Amino acid sequence: MDRPFAITLQPGSSRANKTGSWRTERPVYVDLLPPCNDACPAGENIQGWLYHAEEMGYEEAWRTIMLDNPFPAIMGRVCYHNCETACNRGKVYRPVSNAMLFGESGASFGKAEYAGVPGSTLRTTTQQGASSGQRERADYLRDGTLDEAVGINAVERFLGDIALKSDWQIPAGKPATGKRVLVVGGGPAGLSTAYHLWLLGNDVSVYEASAQLGGMMRFGIPAYRLPRDVLDKEIDRIIGLGINIELNHKVTDLLAEMEEGNYDAIFLATGAEIARNAYIPAGDSSHIIDALSLLRSAQDMERPQLGRTVVVYGGGNTAMDAARTAKRLGASEAIVVYRRTRDKMPAHDLEVEEAIEEGVKMRWLSTINRVAGEKLLLEKMELDNTGFPQPTGEYDELAADSVVLALGEEADLSLLGHIPDIVIENGIVQVDSTMMTSHPGIFAGGDIAQKDRTVTDAIGNGKKAARNIDNWLRGIASPDSVRHPLAEWSRLNTWYYSDAPATMRPKLDAVRRQSTFDEVVIGLDESEALFEARRCMSCGNCFECDNCYGVCPDNSVIKLGTGMRYEFDYDYCKGCGICATECPCGAIDMVPED
Amino acid sequence: MTKGQAPTPYSGSREDIVTGQESKQEPQQTPSTPRQVKFYQTGSFAVGGRLLDAPERTVQSGIKRTNSLTLGHRACQGCGEALGARYALDAAMRATENKIVAANATGCLEVFTTPYPETSWQIPWIHSVFGNAAAVGSGIAAALRAKGRDDIRVVAQAGDGGTVDIGIGCLSGMFERNDDVLFICYDNEAYMNTGVQRSGSTPPAARTATTEAIGRQPGNQWGQGKKMPLIAMAHEIPYVATATVAELHDLEYKIEKAMSFRGARYVHILVPCPLGWGSEPANTIKIARLAKETGIFPVFEAEYGEVTGVSKIRSKVPVEEYLLLQKRYAHLFRPSRQDEVINKIQEEADRNVRRFGLLGEDGMVQPSDTDKGISAHLGGKVG
Repeated sequence: MDRPFAITLQPGSSRANKTGSWRTERPVYVDLLPPCNDACPAGENIQGWLYHAEEMGYEEAWRTIMLDNPFPAIMGRVCYHNCETACNRGKVYRPVSNAMLFGESGASFGKAEYAGVPGSTLRTTTQQGASSGQRERADYLRDGTLDEAVGINAVERFLGDIALKSDWQIPAGKPATGKRVLVVGGGPAGLSTAYHLWLLGNDVSVYEASAQLGGMMRFGIPAYRLPRDVLDKEIDRIIGLGINIELNHKVTDLLAEMEEGNYDAIFLATGAEIARNAYIPAGDSSHIIDALSLLRSAQDMERPQLGRTVVVYGGGNTAMDAARTAKRLGASEAIVVYRRTRDKMPAHDLEVEEAIEEGVKMRWLSTINRVAGEKLLLEKMELDNTGFPQPTGEYDELAADSVVLALGEEADLSLLGHIPDIVIENGIVQVDSTMMTSHPGIFAGGDIAQKDRTVTDAIGNGKKAARNIDNWLRGIASPDSVRHPLAEWSRLNTWYYSDAPATMRPKLDAVRRQSTFDEVVIGLDESEALFEARRCMSCGNCFECDNCYGVCPDNSVIKLGTGMRYEFDYDYCKGCGICATECPCGAIDMVPED
Repeated sequence: MTKGQAPTPYSGSREDIVTGQESKQEPQQTPSTPRQVKFYQTGSFAVGGRLLDAPERTVQSGIKRTNSLTLGHRACQGCGEALGARYALDAAMRATENKIVAANATGCLEVFTTPYPETSWQIPWIHSVFGNAAAVGSGIAAALRAKGRDDIRVVAQAGDGGTVDIGIGCLSGMFERNDDVLFICYDNEAYMNTGVQRSGSTPPAARTATTEAIGRQPGNQWGQGKKMPLIAMAHEIPYVATATVAELHDLEYKIEKAMSFRGARYVHILVPCPLGWGSEPANTIKIARLAKETGIFPVFEAEYGEVTGVSKIRSKVPVEEYLLLQKRYAHLFRPSRQDEVINKIQEEADRNVRRFGLLGEDGMVQPSDTDKGISAHLGGKVG
């Protein structure tokens, strides 16, 4: 290179000085498991699909959901969204420094502390001594301006709905394997399994005992939570793939069906649809029905005669659905009688809240002793040390025109009668980690095989079972899934996230919804869904904010371009750790050098 | 021409330049302010991000940034000054389409970038002596003027020692003559290069090698020192601004704005020094952020002697948060807590808050703003 007279070195000749040798710790990019993904029973890559939604790649986002869950529009309505409970955004208190929050230096000096729990406030401990330092510290005592969890469920619903509206189709699956699998039961678990098995190239048949597919999604979840056109469309999309469906086909002898249909494996997902009963002495005049029958007749547009005052016995989600349905069927009063207290209630908070908003009344710590004419005799209960309700011997009367029993559901296991090697405990079919029963080739999932009886759990079961069935049929062992370490809230540098409260989905006016089966929760429009998606903090996984690239005093972060993230230049990185401190999402670890 | 007169637009004519008739100029164009924080996952708090439109990304987020200060320099781990210098000069390079000359006073920045015969500079750069960076800058500006090269701009830079102490005579002269130079002070609040001796910019109570934490009033004296940005404002030059390495968008905005003026300009950047302040290298940016959020270091800008904008505190915190991260203040907490001193520092910070109006809703993101941000970003795409 030609240089001016007497100039021997190039600009930037300090590059000869490899400052990387100064380093005692090196920064390393990591990918961690976001709490939402960790909490999702369906195993969705939530952060992954939000990433696409954030840049308006709605179709890509939808396709990412579809890799794990074939029912985004349904899920966006009926899921109890554990993801949002786990979401780190719900724990954000906007700090100025992490030191403030974690007391990393000098906690002994009486500095600010943050309890890290919703509703807490930032506190500065009282000053010691009585110098002029008796200044009022109130101006620092700020309310914990806690943010809210990302409305993941609402965004999922938006994506599910836009997919239905735009008629996005499922891409072709893997090449055919020639294997035949029978899925018994057309509920969420069965349909999810059938979908995933089809994607993996298997020939799938679904036998459904009733006249319609959907299982509990259709017969257990009222239309005000899940409109039937949404349910039908998402099911039709799966059926359209070429899955063989046989309705009104009740399986009574599993092994015979397997033999007859020449199936290589079976997935059992018949659910739990038998209402559990309690013996309540009652005269002839009283009207007692079970909750599932009530929900089923509401689905069939029948109007059972319930009378003015309806008592629902039980404290689960079905009890809430039954009480809300009774209201809509014309009951002027719907009263839930439950033997324990609200915090012990198995029903999801959301359902309880919505029920109360709609005017459903609650009678805690009570059991129904007997029905006498138009009146119920309730016995008061009290919780013992173990939290179990004990009778007190005190009684109370309650007028009721009918009683709806919502005491839980049990699985019909009669079709397994001929198979002695299947293990059943407490009414639940026992399966191993691959979802297989102790009878080779027979797998089980959904309500029949688990205690967590939600649609989301069933869908997650279906996916897991399908992958394991496919592996089993191919004669390969299912790989152990390695979970990345959890992206804890404490790793985030929340300074960098803008404040943005959650976009709440509006609820139908409470009065209006008491009389109709219109959908209670209205969806988000595009701008709201986009805003909500962008509230995602991408916990534990780089989202290319350029912070590390910008804040390195030694220019030792190499930007690889959009979608390709960054690399460290260890020849020059001095290991100061600013990149790790300033990474908003905690995706950089500092690791000691050898 | 006196400073009180209304500025006339810069004509660019050679006569003006040669005869020194130019006046303090209005900005030729004002860069759009980044203060409106839009909500794109990280708003504009982070360096860049795929959800930001190109004009809203920082110079530093771009692969094509100049890297005026390149790899292999010998600054300590986590050096705030190395960071500040690259931020400021890269921004100045973009604002001038890569036409700047930098004069550099003696100090850390000079020493760690140019140990003979190496250089880390990728821009035309000259070092003279400790106190005359402003004069050298003035000289370069005069030479360029004489040659009619008004497209080439001059930056003079120094640490706080070379600015507020040793260089203040030359600097005041540069201001007074309104020479067309941007002077940048990287303030790390002591003479770090020579072993952390006190400067006129060292804050009260801070321990340095010459203000030991011993005696009845440990650390630096109260009631001394200089507030250089205010001294610069008193010269009524076109533009004075303060910034920290913690707010990159703000810093780049100010450098670009400074380059839109002709005449003397002054930007004062707080650059934490892990060595001299006794802080963790990883905390450099965090400490700069705390300096602003406590009110200890007011971030503002002024034109012709009047404050025209302040960067609001986003979430005010007590000064302890700032002090505790630095060993130069350790004697305020060990062996016993010096409430009186801490409260005095707090009062100083609170005074800054009052004086510059650092608190207020402007600094907060309002939901309505974020909505606007989203709709603006979506353009016509949202129904």
